[in-house]
Amino acid sequence: MLHIEDLHVKVGDKEVLHDINLHIGEGETHVLLGPNGSGKTTLLMTIMGFSNYVITEGKIVFKGEDVTMMHAHERAQRGIGMLFQRPPTISGLKLGKLLTAISKDKKEDIPKLAESVHMDRFLERDINKGFSGGEIKRSEVLQLMIQNPDFVMLDEPESGVDLENISLIGTAIGSLLEKEKHIVKRQKSGLVITHTGYILDYLETDRGHVMCDGMIKCHGNPREILKDIKQRGYRECLECRQT
Amino acid sequence: MPPDLIPTPLSKADQERLAQSGIDLAMRNRCGSYLQMDQDIVHSECSQEGIEVLTYKKAMEKYDWMKDYAWKVVSPDKDEITKYVAAQKDPKGYVILAHKGSSNILPIQACLYLGRQQIQHVHNIIIAEEGAELHIISGCTSGAHVGKGGAHYGISEFYVKKNAKISFTMIHNWTEDIEVFPRSASVVEENGVFLSNYVCMQPVKKVQMYPTATLKGENSVARFSSIVIASPTSYMDLGSRAILEGKGASAELITRAITKGGTIISRGHILGKTAGTRGHLECKGLILQDGRIYAIPEIEGNVVGTELSHEAAVGKLAKEEIEYLMSRGLDEDEATATIIRGFLDVKISGLPEALQKQIDASIDVAEKSGF
Repeated sequence: MLHIEDLHVKVGDKEVLHDINLHIGEGETHVLLGPNGSGKTTLLMTIMGFSNYVITEGKIVFKGEDVTMMHAHERAQRGIGMLFQRPPTISGLKLGKLLTAISKDKKEDIPKLAESVHMDRFLERDINKGFSGGEIKRSEVLQLMIQNPDFVMLDEPESGVDLENISLIGTAIGSLLEKEKHIVKRQKSGLVITHTGYILDYLETDRGHVMCDGMIKCHGNPREILKDIKQRGYRECLECRQT
Repeated sequence: MPPDLIPTPLSKADQERLAQSGIDLAMRNRCGSYLQMDQDIVHSECSQEGIEVLTYKKAMEKYDWMKDYAWKVVSPDKDEITKYVAAQKDPKGYVILAHKGSSNILPIQACLYLGRQQIQHVHNIIIAEEGAELHIISGCTSGAHVGKGGAHYGISEFYVKKNAKISFTMIHNWTEDIEVFPRSASVVEENGVFLSNYVCMQPVKKVQMYPTATLKGENSVARFSSIVIASPTSYMDLGSRAILEGKGASAELITRAITKGGTIISRGHILGKTAGTRGHLECKGLILQDGRIYAIPEIEGNVVGTELSHEAAVGKLAKEEIEYLMSRGLDEDEATATIIRGFLDVKISGLPEALQKQIDASIDVAEKSGF
């Protein structure tokens, strides 16, 4: 599904990602762990195609096609989607209007989908204006439900969300990733950034990666890595950097 | 079978231009019409009981007291424009009179059409008597090929009596050679509501206006909304003023301004003269291409207990917002248009749906051509 090779990324004059290699197969969900500022969000924004993130070396291949030089909308149209941790507030633009724009000619039942994530009362509200943490995430999930990407990136879907909402959001994300389907039939893939790991109660994940200082340092079983980090922090990862 | 149209000598293209400024010659969703082409009054009628649409001249003949409403809130000596109109021996324009307790949900349309290179002058008087509710859409447009030198001088005097309401929605659809000088003022009595909406999405050479609402009565309300786009050759000097005199009076002045290279001067003044009054002024500007947006918000309080505020911001489209929408599959042009559409989307409380739809429709036309 997604193949990243020797990726180097600059923001401004500074290289922030170094030599990233990542392979996510069809139906797989991977977890990205790492301390604050290690480059996790940067990697997601780069994969999405945000113009501030300039690829200086390497390539991103999605479903067999090199998308390295493509704009964000071309990547989105090919099936890449992202749940943002802090999406912008857009004055005047109603959530319902955006959902209609995203759905294009598809005949989605927007009010019904909105109701399923308790966002039906927000369709006439300006996007993210005065939304609580949980409402922002539910709005993001709702947009993704209509966009229906094959590869879903989730940037801290549980941050700022209370327990009740985590269950709602977790279940909705599980369904975006076709977690209810048999593993053999599952076609959607995902990449999740989490600090707490709460979201992993709702998503079976296949592989974990730890980022430190703009590099992917190690890989392994996501729950084991998380357990390790919870016990010992990122100290060993940082030491890893020095070796 | 197509509906009967108000007869006019207009070409199909010009009829389309009228439609874009909210004038429906088939009278769908309208309860009355006034149509003036250059200096010829083509049509004047109203089917709504209790509401009259009269020519200025006829109103003066019919009601002796009407002269007490002429040149009372706009001074004939105000400037060159008012002097020119006041000096006319054969005054044109309309009087819309909503008698006590009458109301219209379907608006009255007033169309001022400029077809020749000359000055079109009008003097309008709009009165909502006690408890009346009156909604008007004023579509001002010119033929596609009027050429240089066309100008429109329009005087409008509004009287909102006790417990009455007037909404006046003006959609300008001129061409880039036309100069427009509306001069209008209103007086609002106890519990009266005055809504004034202005939309100009199309090129114009020059517009200059600064309507004033004097909120004399207790708990009277005025809301001014302006939604404008300045094309590269447009010069728009716009403003609105509210004078808060009655106890509990409140005013809101809202502007959304976009320049594609032209000049927009966005003035605003709220004067709080009495305790218990409130006013808010808001101007948001977006510069899409190098031009000028000059916001001059003024708030002035004279007494303890008046609460006034303003916010003004001029900026550009945020790349972060555009790319956010692009990440949902919209291309750059779609994302930009969607954000601009949102920026211009001002919902006006108290406005009938038909009028809000008309405002939305004129923005839709601009959106279709990519703003």
